[in-house]
Amino acid sequence: MNNRRILHHPVLGTMPERNAVHFTFDGKKYKGFEGETIAAALLASGVRTLRVHEEKETPRGIYCNIGHCFECRVTVNGQPGVRSCLTEINDGMVIESGKRQPTPLKRKEIARHV
Amino acid sequence: MYDAVIIGAGPAGLSAAIACAKWNLQVVVIDEFMKPGGRLLGQLHQEPDGTWWNGIKEANILVEQARALGVDIWCGVSVHHIEEVGQGWRVHTNKERIDTPKLLLATGAAETPAPVPGWTLPGVMSIGAAQVMTNVHRVRPGKKGIVIGINVLSAAITRELQLAGGDVVGMVLPPVNPITKDAGNPRKVMQSLLRISHLAPSAFLRMGGKLSRANWMQKLALTFYPKSGVKMWGIPIHLRKAAVQINGEKEVESVTICSVTPDGKRIEGSEQTMDVDFVCIAGGLYPLAELAAVAGCPFHYFPELGGHVPVHNERMKTPLEGLYVAGNITGIESAKVARAQGFVAGLSIAKETIQSADSAIDKHLENALDEVRKIRSNAAIQFHQDIHAGRNKMESIYKEQFS
Ligand SMILES: Cc1cc2nc3c(=O)[nH]c(=O)nc-3n(C[C@H](O)[C@H](O)[C@H](O)COP(=O)(O)OP(=O)(O)OC[C@H]3O[C@@H](n4cnc5c(N)ncnc54)[C@H](O)[C@@H]3O)c2cc1C
Ligand code: FES
Repeated sequence: MNNRRILHHPVLGTMPERNAVHFTFDGKKYKGFEGETIAAALLASGVRTLRVHEEKETPRGIYCNIGHCFECRVTVNGQPGVRSCLTEINDGMVIESGKRQPTPLKRKEIARHV
Repeated sequence: MYDAVIIGAGPAGLSAAIACAKWNLQVVVIDEFMKPGGRLLGQLHQEPDGTWWNGIKEANILVEQARALGVDIWCGVSVHHIEEVGQGWRVHTNKERIDTPKLLLATGAAETPAPVPGWTLPGVMSIGAAQVMTNVHRVRPGKKGIVIGINVLSAAITRELQLAGGDVVGMVLPPVNPITKDAGNPRKVMQSLLRISHLAPSAFLRMGGKLSRANWMQKLALTFYPKSGVKMWGIPIHLRKAAVQINGEKEVESVTICSVTPDGKRIEGSEQTMDVDFVCIAGGLYPLAELAAVAGCPFHYFPELGGHVPVHNERMKTPLEGLYVAGNITGIESAKVARAQGFVAGLSIAKETIQSADSAIDKHLENALDEVRKIRSNAAIQFHQDIHAGRNKMESIYKEQFS
């Protein structure tokens, strides 16, 4: 167990035992626990970058953690645009980070093709 | 068909559901988070009498009570649109569409973003995000962090991070910009901090609280503000330092901060860099009211309530037939106030649904209204100073223009 998890808390007490779940993120295998979000399971595994900016490709992670900002979008079992901070992790989930998108109408790109 | 649909399973929505169910209404509470409880789930503070306000426990009490009364609670369902149809409301969710004669919006609050250069780097998050990671998911936001933005909420949550064994190097102001405004002004921040001095085991703040009316004392305190900050719960609070830039290539590596004058002006050449791997940005809270806006509900801007608020009366009715609001969507206050408001909203809905001549429900409603006022007056945490004035203004606007 790594020390990213807070197993004992002076007021909230000891974390109850939970069932482990296994999932992949960008093809790599990870372990999480039932009842936690995708974002929490990834952060506990040391993964902070959940997607890159669609155009600039700069890295992004969670910002609000409660569903308001949409910064944490990932693709879950083929469905894109899923907020990882709201969605519970399940056994066997296949998660892909958000990737850079083509920008064919940008002037620079057009120049490259003509 | 449900007698009422409630959007938001926070303290306001859950207690509204309980009130409705006690009067035999069939209700459903919809929430997009995977567990019911709303922002209560992350809360953990010590009351002035020393006892702990444990939001997870408080949420469980409400959830169990609601379920025992037959309330349906749907989690993981997002509402993205509502519209008035015939005699009621149509609620569009990512799963299904439901029609209802009475609709309560209890969507709570959101955090105001306070932009700082470099804030899109992974490892930068809102202070509320760190609260939920720490207290709900029990995962550390990082190894060592800094908090940008000094206010009631960030002070309370910084303490929570520390309680869970987190290493927070300190709290600094945001850079002054058109969005952060007063939040970057040491004098204004000091005044707002003095209002929570009763909660802080800090001699400096307690003394400050007593002297809060003496302007010259505040000025003096800021002029001679210690370079190493003033400690609250052992965490240095830097009223004379502001964040300039968050640095890092792929994620947060450090933060550049600078010294500022008592008015928040940057002192050139005072920049220093602190190594951290997470940053919490605290810009304050505003009512999350988009659904009321798409419904066509009239709004008013009240700084005392935290922003633009859907018009409503004390009984939580909006001017639109069958549409109600409760909790932080009506103004930023603590969870106890939201819970009490929710109960009022639930009774209002029940009263208009059963339309009986029985005056018992009126009595309950009066008591519930008294309860809101009492809790508001005794609140340990107050996000805005002139909350009473804001509430009174809203009430008179409703009376004058909409009743
Ligand atoms: C990040 C954060 C931290 C806070 N921390 C504290 C604190 O430490 N102490 C304190 O006293 N107060 C705190 N507050 C203030 C808090 O708003 C109140 O204490 C209280 O929780 C408000 O209750 P509520 O029922 O109005 O809303 P909430 O508790 O916010 O509940 C609203 C619920 O509605 C759901 N929801 C919103 N929109 C939709 C939608 N479109 N579809 C489906 N579901 C939706 C949300 O998922 C949420 O669960 C915090 C607020 C925030 C935003
Ligand atoms: S982190 Fe903001 S929506 Fe998920």
